Amino acid sequence: MAKVTVDGIEVEVPNGASVLQACEAAGKEVPRFCYHERLSVAGNCRMCLVEVEKAPKPVASCAYPVAEGMKVFTDTPVVRNARRGVMEFLLINHPLDCPICDQGGECDLQDQAYAYGSDMSRFLEAKRAVKDKDIGPLIKTVMTRCIQCTRCVRFAAEVAGTPELGGTNRGENMEIGTYVEKALTSELSGNLIDICPVGALTSRPYAYVSRPWELKKTDSIDVLDAVGANIRVDARGPEVLRIIPRINEAVNEEWMADRGRFSFDGLKRRRLDRPWVRKDGKLHAATWPEAFAAIATKLSSLPGDRIGAVAGALADAESTLALKDLMAAYGSANLDCCDDFAAIDTSRPDFYRFNTTIAGIEEADALLIVGCDPRKEAPVLNARIRKRWTAGKFPVGFVGPRGVDLTYPVQHLGDSPAALAGSAFLETLKAAQKPMLILGRGALQRPDGAAVLAAAWKIAAETGMLKPDWHGFNLLHHFGGQVGALELGFVPGTNGKGLNAMLTGGVDALWLLNADGFDPARIPAGTFVVYQGHHGDEMAARADVILPGAAYTEKDATWVNTEGRAQRGRLAIFPPGEAREDWRIIRAYSEGVGKALPYDDANAIRARLAQASPVFARVGEVARGGCANPTGPAGDAAALNNVPFALPIAVYHQADVISRASEVMAQCAAIYGPQQALAAE
Amino acid sequence: MSAPAHEEPASFAFDAESEAKIATIIRRYPEGKQASAVIPLLYVAQKQMGRLTGSAWVPRVAMDVIAERLSMPPIRVYEVATFYFMFNMKPIGRFHLQVCGTTPCMLRGSDEVMRACKDAGGVAGPGETSEDGLFTMTEVECLGACVNAPILQVDDDYYEDLDYESTVKLIEALKRGERPAPGSAIGRRSSEAAGGATALKGAEQD
Ligand code: SF4
Ligand code: FES
Ligand code: FES
Repeated sequence: MAKVTVDGIEVEVPNGASVLQACEAAGKEVPRFCYHERLSVAGNCRMCLVEVEKAPKPVASCAYPVAEGMKVFTDTPVVRNARRGVMEFLLINHPLDCPICDQGGECDLQDQAYAYGSDMSRFLEAKRAVKDKDIGPLIKTVMTRCIQCTRCVRFAAEVAGTPELGGTNRGENMEIGTYVEKALTSELSGNLIDICPVGALTSRPYAYVSRPWELKKTDSIDVLDAVGANIRVDARGPEVLRIIPRINEAVNEEWMADRGRFSFDGLKRRRLDRPWVRKDGKLHAATWPEAFAAIATKLSSLPGDRIGAVAGALADAESTLALKDLMAAYGSANLDCCDDFAAIDTSRPDFYRFNTTIAGIEEADALLIVGCDPRKEAPVLNARIRKRWTAGKFPVGFVGPRGVDLTYPVQHLGDSPAALAGSAFLETLKAAQKPMLILGRGALQRPDGAAVLAAAWKIAAETGMLKPDWHGFNLLHHFGGQVGALELGFVPGTNGKGLNAMLTGGVDALWLLNADGFDPARIPAGTFVVYQGHHGDEMAARADVILPGAAYTEKDATWVNTEGRAQRGRLAIFPPGEAREDWRIIRAYSEGVGKALPYDDANAIRARLAQASPVFARVGEVARGGCANPTGPAGDAAALNNVPFALPIAVYHQADVISRASEVMAQCAAIYGPQQALAAE
Repeated sequence: MSAPAHEEPASFAFDAESEAKIATIIRRYPEGKQASAVIPLLYVAQKQMGRLTGSAWVPRVAMDVIAERLSMPPIRVYEVATFYFMFNMKPIGRFHLQVCGTTPCMLRGSDEVMRACKDAGGVAGPGETSEDGLFTMTEVECLGACVNAPILQVDDDYYEDLDYESTVKLIEALKRGERPAPGSAIGRRSSEAAGGATALKGAEQD
C-alpha cells in the first residue's frame, strides 16, 4: 500500500495503482476519455492531467503510478489550464453538432466542455471530416465525432475478444474502423455504444428517437438469457425506447448482450393484447370472463390427473408459482418446466445451478466446457471466462462441435460424450486447485440427457471439482425463467406426468405458461390448450384459449438466473390492451372457479415465494458454497450414446419469442446467419 | 481509410525467395512473439510485389496472409501497414521517387528536385504516378541525410546533393533502365564538407 495525499486528503492505495485511482479514492473527480477501469490503459487523450509535487509538468494521472508519499493536486491553475488546452485541441476537429447528436445530454465530451471548454475557437483552418463506417445493423457511426480515445478498439480486442476494430493511418488521417468494411461479429457489440465517450458510436435503432431527459428509467433484469444482467429500461409513454445495462459486479459487471439490448422492438409486434377463444375450429376475440368460462367448463369436466401445466423459458417466478398452486387445487401433479425436454434433476439444487457463480469463474484455474457454446448462450458470462483466460494460466477444454470460436483458445477434446472418458485433459483438471465444468442445458435435451448429466457430474467428482470449499459443477441455462421454475419445483409431482407423457395422451387439457420451447404439432389433436403468454408465436396459434400476459418489461416480477440468484424486474410500461400481469390472471381465474389462491397482492405472493424456496428470500444474493455431498444425480452415466453434441441456439439473434418478433433482430439474423459452426459443417 | 478504391489482386502467396527471407526473419523472435515480425514481413511482401509486378506495394490480401502467418488479427496488420509511409497501400510506379521536403532539404533546393521529378518524370505532383507507369513521386519527411541535402530517395537508394539538372539526368538514366550509383551528385565523399575534408587530414594514413 502507498500513502498518497490528494488535495490535502490522505488516502492509501495499493502499490501499482494509478494516480487517477488515488484521486478517486480521495473522492476527487478527474475528467477522462480514454481511461476505462475495465480496459487496459492507453493514456492517449490527456484529459486526466493533474499536478504532482516535484514533477516538472502536469502528468496524465491514468497512466502514472503512485509512489509513497506522493502529493497530488487536482485543482490548481496549472491543472485547469492544462485541461483547457487539451479540451481546445479535442474540439478542434470535433463537429459542433450536439443538437443533432444522439449522445447529446449524456456525452462525456459535452459535459466536460462545460467545465473546461472555451466559448470560442481559435482554430480558423478547415476541420477534418471522416467517412462514416458501416459496422452492422446495431451501431450507427458518425466518425467525424470520434476523439480517438481507442476505448472501442480495446473493448473489442480485450473484453469481447473479437479484435476487428483498429486505428488505421496516422496523425491527422487516423481513423477508427474495421479498415475492410464488415459487420462486427460480437454478441456484445452494443456495449461499444456505452463505452464510446462521445457520439461516434451510437445505437442505430435508437437514432433520433429521444433525449435522455425525456425517458422514464426503470431498473430491471434481462431475461433473454440466463445471466440475469441488470438493466435499465428507458421508456416514454407506452413504448420501450432502449435498454442499457446497470452495474452489478457479481453478475454482468457493466456489460449486456445484444439480444437483450436490441430485441425490445419485438415487444410492440405480434402481441397478444386480448383474450381469444376457439369456437368451431377458429379463434375468436373474447372477453376475459368468456375466456375464463371456456377454460373453467373444460377443466371442471376433467379429473385432476388429466390436466397438465407447462411453464416456459420466459415465465416469471410469481406466475409459475400461481400456476403450480392452481394445479394443486385441481389435484394435478402433471407439471413440467422443461419445455425444451432438458433432462434436469431437481432433487438437489446444485444439480441444476451454476454453482461456481459468475464472479467465481475468476477464481477457477481450469475449465471444461461440455455441449455448450457460452458465447452464444450467455455472451456476458463468456466475457467473464475470457477475462479469466486473459489473466493467464487457464486451460480450457471443450467438448462439442469443431470450429466453435469462443473468443479464447480451447483444447478441442471431441464432439460427443465419448470424448469425456479417458481424455488427457482430465489430468489437467485434476492437477488444478479450483477446476470447473460448464455443462450446457442443451446437452441435456438429448434422449440420453440424464446420462450426460450424470457423466458430467462424475467427471466433476473425479477431477476434484466437488470440494467442501469449492463447487466446480455448473449448468448453464438459457433464459431468465428457467431456473426460477426449477427452484419452485415445477416438475412432475408424485405420480405426475412429465411433458413427454403429457404430449402422448397423458392429459386432455394443457395450460401453457410462456411455453414456446417445443413444436406445437406434438400436441395431440384432442388436447385442450390454454396458452398464456405475450406473443402470438406458433404455440398461440395452436391454443383453444389465449390469455394475454405481460412481457418482462411490463410487470413487477422475480427472475432467477443460472446461478440461482433471484432478482426483481420492474414494470417499465403497461402491458398492451387487455393483457395483464401473469400471476394476477391465474389468481383471477382461481377465484372465478372457487379455488381462490391464498394471496392477493404483490407482498403476499412474494412471501409465498420466499416460503417455497430460500432463493426468493434473499433477492439479489446467491448462496455460494462448496459441495457438501458428492453423490451424483440419478441418471446412469453408462447409458451415454455417442451422438455428437449439437448446439442449441442456432440463430443467436432469434432465440426467443420476443427476439423472433423483432425487426432489428431479423436484420441481424439475415447478416450473421445461423451459428457459424453449424454453417461450417 | 475504408475499403481501398483501386483494384486488389484476388490472392497473394509468398514465393520461394520471400519464403527464404521469412524463415530467417521469424527465427529472430522468440516463440510466441512472432507478431514482432510484422514490419519485416510487410517489407518482404512489398518487395515481392515490386519484383513480380513492377509495382512495390502491399495489397490487402498480402496483409491477410501475413496476419495468418503470424497468428495475429488482420486489423493489427492493417494498423501497422497504414501507419508507416514506407508501405504503399496502393499500386505505385516502377520507381518510387521520394523527395525530402523537410527544412534543411527545402533550404538547399528540394523544390528544384521536385520540379525536376515533375518535368522529367512526367509526374503531376506529390502522390501521383506518371502516365507511363514508371514513376510515383511522394514528398517525405527528413531522411536523416540532411548534411548532403537535398535528398531524393529512389526505392532504397539515396541520391544526394541534387539540383535541377542532376535530378533530370538521374531520371533520364532510370528511364533508360540504368541505375546510377547512389550517393552524392557532386562527388562529395560520404558527408565530408563540400569543399573537401577540413579536419583530421592525413588521419587515414596512420
Ligand atoms: S469511436 Fe468512440 S470509443 Fe472509439 S475511439 Fe472514437 S471516441 Fe473512442
Ligand atoms: S484518461 Fe488519462 S490520458 Fe486519457
Ligand atoms: S531534411 Fe532532408 S534529409 Fe533531413
